[in-house]
Amino acid sequence: MHWLPPNGALQGIALDHLLQRYLSIMFWLFIAAQVLILAAMFRRRSTRSSGAANRGQSTRVFLVAELLPLLAISGLYAWMIFTSHHLWAARREHAAGPQALQVEVTGVQFQWYFRYPGADGVYGTLHPDLVNAPAGNPLGLDPQDPHSADDVVSSILMLPADRPVNLSLRSQDVIHGFFIPGMRLKQDTIPGMPSHLTFTPAIAGDYPILCTQVCGLGHARMQARLRVLSQANYDRWLTAREQALHAAEATR
Amino acid sequence: MTTPTSDRWRFRVFTTDHRSLATLYLLLALAAVILGTLLSLAMRIHRIWPAYVFPLFGVPSPEQYLALVTMHGTLMVFFVLTVVPQSAFPNLVLPDQIGAARMALPRLNAAAFWISLISLLVLLAAFAVPQGAPISGWTSYPPLSAFAAAGPGQGTGMDLWLVSIALFCVAAMASSISFLATIFFRRAQGLRFSRLPLTVWSWIASSGLTVTAFIVLFAAAVMLLADRHLGTSFFLPAGEVINGIRQRSGTGSPMLWLHLFWFFGHPEVYISILPGMGLASSILANFTRRPVPAYGLMVGATLAIGFLGLGVWGHHIFVSGMNPYAGTAFGLTTIAIAVPSSAEVLTWLAMLFRGRMRLDTPMLFTLGFISFFIAGGLTGPVLAQPALDSYLHNTFFVVAHFHLVMAMAGVFTIFAGIYYWYPLLTGRRMNEMLGKLHFWVSVIAAYGTFFPMHYAGLAGEPRHYAQLTGPVESFASLIPVERGITWSALTLAAVQFVFLFNIFWSIRRGAPAGENPWSATTFEWLPNTHLITSSGPYDYGPGMETEASCPQGQPSSS
Repeated sequence: MHWLPPNGALQGIALDHLLQRYLSIMFWLFIAAQVLILAAMFRRRSTRSSGAANRGQSTRVFLVAELLPLLAISGLYAWMIFTSHHLWAARREHAAGPQALQVEVTGVQFQWYFRYPGADGVYGTLHPDLVNAPAGNPLGLDPQDPHSADDVVSSILMLPADRPVNLSLRSQDVIHGFFIPGMRLKQDTIPGMPSHLTFTPAIAGDYPILCTQVCGLGHARMQARLRVLSQANYDRWLTAREQALHAAEATR
Repeated sequence: MTTPTSDRWRFRVFTTDHRSLATLYLLLALAAVILGTLLSLAMRIHRIWPAYVFPLFGVPSPEQYLALVTMHGTLMVFFVLTVVPQSAFPNLVLPDQIGAARMALPRLNAAAFWISLISLLVLLAAFAVPQGAPISGWTSYPPLSAFAAAGPGQGTGMDLWLVSIALFCVAAMASSISFLATIFFRRAQGLRFSRLPLTVWSWIASSGLTVTAFIVLFAAAVMLLADRHLGTSFFLPAGEVINGIRQRSGTGSPMLWLHLFWFFGHPEVYISILPGMGLASSILANFTRRPVPAYGLMVGATLAIGFLGLGVWGHHIFVSGMNPYAGTAFGLTTIAIAVPSSAEVLTWLAMLFRGRMRLDTPMLFTLGFISFFIAGGLTGPVLAQPALDSYLHNTFFVVAHFHLVMAMAGVFTIFAGIYYWYPLLTGRRMNEMLGKLHFWVSVIAAYGTFFPMHYAGLAGEPRHYAQLTGPVESFASLIPVERGITWSALTLAAVQFVFLFNIFWSIRRGAPAGENPWSATTFEWLPNTHLITSSGPYDYGPGMETEASCPQGQPSSS
């Protein structure tokens, strides 16, 4: 469907497919209903009294005109539940496997931060009292925690293609809406309630990240970028970030 | 004592007379709808001409844009789409439709109006306080709504918003209790439940929803005020940092507000649309001169919608990160409510092809209502799928959905009701030519405004954005669409002057309506002596094509 932005996620293909099928059915139902209304308005007013129909006939009309369409439309709804529940279950009811790349997303008025746990695979502890963006610690990373040292904090979300990702979503202040249209992905970040989101970026490229939950005066400019790279390029970027981190550590 | 003939009815301000109260409610809603519309036009204009300097105001800042969003939504949802169908219309005709001389609990009912008025004034005061009106949208999710530090307007403005909403809840519950008491205890002799007009059945359902849902919103508003000023933490999470500054930490969760708010918020949709659905059935029966087929099914569908409406709130928060199984469950209940809604729509469509249709203005607006209800309703089952909502949530697709199915459908039943019941208040009919002009331009401009929003939403454009710029290149291609939407919205607003002119012009110049201008059967058109009935509300039928009708009630001989 060319109205949607290009899809770059593995799971997005099925979603686009379903959305297109539903919307085309709904569109034609819409047209049919509007034509019916207009036809009723402009039909030749027959002077013949149609009310003379006997009771049996009107029951039959009622069955044909109402109960059958109602059954049909209920069948359509049931079909929609079955087909799309599949997709929902696949996306949300299963945790990411152990091979998934771990990235933490933090919403802060009006900025997205992305944290990579580093070589140890464990996120350093965060402490709200240590939050100090001007001093380079926007998330409040605890320097006492040994796991903190190799945590890479980025304002761009870099991901390798074709590898499942497990995003841990959190917010520092108010509710934000984490939305990557190109990955067909949306979930709120709720302060005090960390949550997860799993997907697999498939096509290399740049994708906008938006905030879709009103979060204050800068809501509309709370935008970031997802860049999907080849595994090799991703490794190169992460290594460079790790080295920069060590260099900064050494000069401190 | 009121009578349906206008020559004996006099408008009073301080009164328990229900028709005077209806007039007061309509004036209150008129003020709210004019302001709410102006706010929306300011948003539309700012979106496509970001540098436009508004007279006496200037260029809206981002926070002012969000204040426009918040106040537009609050005014329209509470003071227009609730006040008219659930306060003004029942006061206008409910007692008369059941042959009651007056409301049960008349003082409670009258107090509800004055509390609503105070609520509106408190809300409007938010524009005048330092930092202005709140910016957290009509849903006011905490912590944004819990801390003054979270943004401009979140201090005094937010307090006023919460007080206003709490007052509105009290008013809505008070009038609903009065309506329910009237329906249960004041019906005319012989007016069994199986003979109630469908408008009255709708008010049973919507008033039941009002007392159930608004009490929860009232509690939520009080709890949030307590969080802000009394040191509680119902909605405050631990470790809260705003703008780098540590805030008061709590042991609560914003999720509680999401659940409480939408437990109110979704029934609210049915509170504002069910009365219109009942009115649509009545008008269709009247203007096709045929009874409502499957009356029992329509009553059942109305009650089913009301009942199921209490169990679907979670579809507003599919993407909140709540348990995915809860998402599945709320998707199921939402689809379940689509079935009785579809049954009503199919009944209406079937009603269009019986008898001879008269296309007077009330009927035109009823057809417009059906058209919008279908247009907006069909995207409901799509949005009810959590998997698809996780793309469409909070995009313009949702804006299109609810503006068609709730706002436009709701407003068109309000228009239908005003054109239809206008003779009750004035003894005259509104001008038909102007009414037809009003209808055709409105219906086309409303589609022009809201239908293209589907397209913007599918492109991923979020709601609440003042600017379409930023790193999102795809939105640049939407600017022509946005321009079309704004021009349509301006047209839609402009043609309402025809309606306003018609209302005030027809008070003195409208064609005299006579006793029963639409040859209706229901009680509100009959002289209000002691009525007794032994028939159903819509005894139209063969031989009723002409002006003759079979009124539901006769004066009792006793």
